[in-house]
Amino acid sequence: MPTATQRTSVPVIVDEDKCIADKGCTVCIDVCPLDVLWINPATGKAHMRYDECWYCMPCEADCPTDAVKVEIPYLLR
Amino acid sequence: MNVSNIPVIDTDVLVIGGGTAGPMAAVTAKEQDPSLKVMLLEKANVKRSGAISMGMDGLNNAIVPGHSTPEQYVKEITIANDGIVHQPALMAYAQRSFPMIEKLDSWGVHFQKDETGDYDMKKVHHLGTYVLPMPEGHNVKKILYRRLRRNRVQIENRYQATRLLKDADGRIAGMVGVNTRTAEPIIIRAKAVIMATGAAGRIGLPTSGYLFGTYENPANNGDGHAMAYHVGADLANLECFQINPLLKDYNGPACAYVTGPLGGFTANSQGERFIECDYWSGQMMLEFFKELEGGNGPVFLKLDHLAEETIQEIETVLHTNERPSRGRFHDGRETNYRQNMVEMHISEVGFCSGHSASGVWVDETGATTVPGLFGAGDMASVAHAYMLGAFVYGQICGESAAAFAKERDLPALDEAFIAAELERIQAPLKVADGIPPSQMEYKVRRLVNDYLQPPKVTKKMEIGLQRILAVRDDLHLLQATDPHELLRALEVHSIIDCAEMAARASLYRTESRWGLYHYRVDCPEQNDADWFCHTRLYKDENGNMAHGKRPVAPYIVELGEEKDAYQKLRVQKAANA
Repeated sequence: MPTATQRTSVPVIVDEDKCIADKGCTVCIDVCPLDVLWINPATGKAHMRYDECWYCMPCEADCPTDAVKVEIPYLLR
Repeated sequence: MNVSNIPVIDTDVLVIGGGTAGPMAAVTAKEQDPSLKVMLLEKANVKRSGAISMGMDGLNNAIVPGHSTPEQYVKEITIANDGIVHQPALMAYAQRSFPMIEKLDSWGVHFQKDETGDYDMKKVHHLGTYVLPMPEGHNVKKILYRRLRRNRVQIENRYQATRLLKDADGRIAGMVGVNTRTAEPIIIRAKAVIMATGAAGRIGLPTSGYLFGTYENPANNGDGHAMAYHVGADLANLECFQINPLLKDYNGPACAYVTGPLGGFTANSQGERFIECDYWSGQMMLEFFKELEGGNGPVFLKLDHLAEETIQEIETVLHTNERPSRGRFHDGRETNYRQNMVEMHISEVGFCSGHSASGVWVDETGATTVPGLFGAGDMASVAHAYMLGAFVYGQICGESAAAFAKERDLPALDEAFIAAELERIQAPLKVADGIPPSQMEYKVRRLVNDYLQPPKVTKKMEIGLQRILAVRDDLHLLQATDPHELLRALEVHSIIDCAEMAARASLYRTESRWGLYHYRVDCPEQNDADWFCHTRLYKDENGNMAHGKRPVAPYIVELGEEKDAYQKLRVQKAANA
C-alpha cells in the first residue's frame, strides 16, 4: 500500500538561538511525556519531530534558557 | 538467565507506571523492606509523567477530621455511583485519606490552610465537604521524584510494558516490554507486580479531531487495561464510561471544583444554574448533556459576575497548575472571564476510575484476580479515586506487593510465550507498505465516537463492534518505520483491545445506570432486580472475551434516606415560577 507524507504545523516552537541542545542539554527531550521532541541532526538543536502534543508544558517550564514555547495546536485554537 | 538471547532482569517488586500511584507504591515497598529490589518502569520519564505531569490544584476527595468522616464519604460515593461500589475498598481509602494528606504535607506538598492552620476545606459534592485546594500544587512530581531517589528505587524510563507473564500456577511472573527509543525488548522477572498505568484515555476521539487533545494524558492509552485482560485478570464495570465536562475544544476541566467555592458555576446559555451540584457524577453529566443538546444549550462556565480579585485568584490557580496552557487558549480566542461566559462541552469517552468507576478489578488490598498482581490509580476499579486515591492505593499496593514478594521465590518463566510476544512486538517494524499507526488509531477512535458514545443504542453498538473487529483484522498491516512509531503501533493494539471491551461491556449490561455514563436508550430504566451487581469482563480459557456478574459486597455503611440524592440534581423550578 503506497503512503504519502502530510505536512503539519506543530505546536512546540524552539528558539534555536537560545537552545543549548548542541552543548549537551536534553531537558525538554527528557521531560516530554509523549517523547515528541528530538535533536534535529541538521542543527543540533531540539525540535518537535512528531505532532503528538498534549500542550502540557513541562518542556517550556523546565527549559533552562527559556528557548521553548508551547502553542495551542492549530485545530484547537 | 537469558530467554531468546535477551538477558532477564530480576526484581522482587516491579511497578509499571511512574505517574502518581506508581511512585508511591515503589517508595512504600522500599519503606516496608529496604532490602527488597524494587523497580519502577515508566513509558515516559518519571520526572514529568502521568496525569499530574504539571501538578494538581486540589484534592477532590479529602476526608479531614472535623469536616467529614469516612462513613459519610463511603455513603456519598456509593450514592453517586448508583450503589455499585465495593464499599470495603472505599472504606480502606477513606480511613487512609487523612494520614496520606499528613504524609504528603510532611514531604513538602502544600495544601491550603485557613488562618487557624486548619485545612481549608470546601464543599463541592452534593452532601459532604471533601475538596481541599492546593494552589501551590505544581511541585508534586518533583517531591515524588526526590522520594524515589532517597529510597533507592531503580528507575527505568522510556520502556513500554506490552504483556504480563504468569507462572505455571497462574501467579504473576513479570513482564515483557520494549524501549520506546531503540525498540530493544526487555524481559523482567518479578515476584510481585503493581500496575499503575493510568486511565484508558485514548479510546474516544476529542471533537476537535486532534488525536492527542484528550482529557487524559495521551500516554495513558489503556496499555494497562489490555495487559491485565490478556494475563487473565477481571475488569469491572467497563460500560461505566468516563465522560467529563470540559471547556469546548480545550481538554482541561472547566473546573467547577476550583471556581465553585469562589462563586463560579455551570450555567446554560441564559446564564442560569441548572444543576444543583457541580461534582462529577453520571447523573450530573446526564443533566449536563440534556442542557447541552437542548434549547438552552450549549453550557457555559459562568464567572463574569465575580469580583475582580476573585477572578484574579481563579486565573492564578487555573492558568499555572494542572493545565497551564489554558490561559494561552483563552488568550487566543480573546476570552476574558470578566466579560464572557466560557463555552463548555463534554469529553471523549474513556475508562478511568479516578472520575468514574470502571477498571481492572481490585479489592481493598489492591489485589487483582491474578495472584501477585496489584493495581492502583486510574486503572484500578476503586470508584472516584482521584489523585489522593492513587496515592492511597499506591501505598496499599506497595504494602501488599512487598508482603507477597517476601513469601515466594523467583518464578519460572514461560519461554514459549515470551518468544511469541517478542515476535508480536517486533512485527510492525517488519511490515513494508503498511498502514501508519496514526491512521489506524484515528479510524478505531472515530468508530468509538460514532457507535459507542452515549446515548448508547444496541444496534449501533453491534455495528460498532463489528467495525472495530474489522480494524483488528488489519493489525497485520500495521507498520512502524522507527522505534517511536513502534510505540504508537503497540499502543494501537491496546486501543483496539479497549475499544472492543468498551463495546462488549456496554452491550452486556441491558439497563441504564450511572446517568450518562451508561445511558442506553433502548433499555432506559435502571433495573436493580437483574443488574444490581458489578459486571466482569475477562479472557476465558478459549481466549475469548467473556462476561459475568460479581455480587456487590454487603454494605458496611447503610445509605439511609439520602440514597436517592444524586437522582435529584436538576434545579427545581418553584411551582409558581
